[in-house]
This record gives sequence, structure tokens and C-alpha cells, in this order.
Amino acid sequence: MNLSSFVIPVLLATVAVYGMGRRVNVYAALTHGAEDGLSVLLHIIPALVGLLTAVSMFRASGAMEWLSGLCAPLLERLGIPSELMPLMLIRPVSGSGALAVASDIITTQGADSYAGRVAAVMLGSTETTFYTIAVYFGSAGIIKTRHTIPSALIADLTGFLASALAVRIFFGT
Amino acid sequence: MAMAWIWSGMVVLSLLFGIATGNLDAVANAAMEGASSAVELSLSMAGILCLWSGVMEIMKVCGISDSLARLFRPLLRRLLPNASRDPETLAAVSANVSANLLGLGNAATPLGIQAARRMARGCGGIASNELCLLVVLNTASIQLLPATIASVRAAAGCGTPFDILPAVWVASILSVSAGLLAARVFSGWAR
Repeated sequence: MNLSSFVIPVLLATVAVYGMGRRVNVYAALTHGAEDGLSVLLHIIPALVGLLTAVSMFRASGAMEWLSGLCAPLLERLGIPSELMPLMLIRPVSGSGALAVASDIITTQGADSYAGRVAAVMLGSTETTFYTIAVYFGSAGIIKTRHTIPSALIADLTGFLASALAVRIFFGT
Repeated sequence: MAMAWIWSGMVVLSLLFGIATGNLDAVANAAMEGASSAVELSLSMAGILCLWSGVMEIMKVCGISDSLARLFRPLLRRLLPNASRDPETLAAVSANVSANLLGLGNAATPLGIQAARRMARGCGGIASNELCLLVVLNTASIQLLPATIASVRAAAGCGTPFDILPAVWVASILSVSAGLLAARVFSGWAR
């Protein structure tokens, strides 16, 4: 038994008991939140259809292998499997694109493979950087973003390297 | 527009590579399979995603996100000393951070924007050091339970989709720290 199989039931029970203690209708909240989850999903399905079509074509044509091979020697030295190159390229630009590429890696390499785990951790530990910057500065009326983009990209790069490192520490290769 | 270029580029490159390698049959099949696998993936993700959205909603209704926000206030006061003098900005920033932690993306963005607007007042369209820090904080993911990625792993037949959590936390903390440190160093150079 590992820690995560302990975390989920305990978390569910704690939230339920805590909510009941505070006289919250936890069941109504649960179903209401689930409805939100469904509408989020409904919004990403069209993007996923478009992107997974493109990603599958890209893989079948051999273009994915070519793109992965471009930086393979450098990536291997950093402990990052070369299959993750396309994911790192699309991650800062598109959230649903990154989801499509990561799920392609996870299905083809296996969820419990080294590359599959690193893809999952990369997706969980980084954000859609350029989208976020555009939304925040756009609505705050900022034209000069100064050092935001380089700092955010340093955070992304660190996240990519740290993902590979953390998977090696917790699971081995 | 960026996505239009990426999508078109991928499709055109696939065609060219398909012709060059003689894999055009496979490319054609892949297009059809990719489209239907998107719906399959979404369906198999739906259960876990809905369940966690529900759990997050309970946490929000119970006020757990408010307590989390209070917890982060002292830390944010040190990170953003000028902005924190305005209590409303501080409240919005700490609610933004706690919503991010709980994975409530839809709640986090409007709160963050509210804080960014207040911080941008009277600066003539140039981002202040602290505003850069706030945006960097939001471009780095700090999520306690990445439900989407767990649901993708479960959809791929993984029996323990949440076993990557500690690795995600370690990678997130390193990534956020690097971003904040970089922003600090760069703002020092500008002075």
C-alpha cells in the first residue's frame, strides 16, 4: 500500500465530516462542483479533438520523432526523455495542446513508464505561461512587461528539469 | 493566433513527412483515430474530474479556501510589501493563491486580475516589480491536487493515478522558487 491510496479516502472523509460539522450540505456542494467539472470538460473537448488529431498525425508521419531527435543528446544528458521535447515546446503556449501531447505520451509510453510519469509531473507543475501573462497584463492595461517573461520562462525550465529529477528521486528511472 | 499557426504547422508537417516517409496511410488513419481518441479520453477523464471538482467545491463552501488565504497572508506581506499596504489588494492576492492551490482555476483568475488591476493603478502601463512577481507567481503552477493529470493517467489504465503527487509538489516548489528568485534578481539589475 502506498501513501496516495491512503490520502484519497482520508481526504474525502475529512472533507465530508468537516463540512457536516459546519452545517454545510456537502452532497449539494459535491454535485454542484461536479457540474462545474463537467462544463470545464465540455469546453476542452473541441480543442482536444482538434489537437489530438494533429498530434496523432504528427506522430504517425514520423515528424514527432524528428522533433524529439533534434535536442535528444542535450535532453538525455539532463535526464529528460527525448519524447518530452514536443510537450516542453507547447506547454507555455497552450493548456489544451499540452494536455493533448501529454496524454499522447502517457498512452503510448505507459502511465507508469519513466517518460509517462515525467510528462504527468511536467503538466502538473507548470502553467500556460504566455496565456496567463497575456490575460493578466491585458486586463491590467500593462504595456511594458519588463522582466516578467524571462522570469516566468526560467520558472518553466526549472519545472521541466525538476520534474525529471523528482520522478527519478521518487520512482527511479 | 499562436495556436492557429501551431495547429496548421503540425498538419502540414505531418503531410510532408507522410509523403517523404511513405507513411501517408498511417497519417490518414491517425487523423481519424486521433479525433475519436479525444472523445474517449474526455469520457474516461470525466468521472475523476467531476469528483474532484465536487470535493473542491465542498472545500470552498466550508471556508477552507478562506482559511488557506489567511495562512498565506504573512508570507505575501513579505513578498509584496507595497501592494500589501492596500488591504483589498492583499485579500485578492491571498484568495488568488489559495484558489490556485486548490486547483480552482476559474476562481483564481478573476481574483488575480482584480489584484493586478489595483497594483497597476497610476503606473502608466509599466509593470512594477511587485506586479511582475504576482504574474510570475501565477504562471508557475502551485496545485495541491492536479486532478486533470491524474484523470489522464487513470484513463490510460494507471491503478494509482495520484502516486505522482509528491513529485509534482517538489517540482512545483522548485519551479516557483526559481521564478521568484529570477524576478528578484532581474528587478535588482534594473535599478
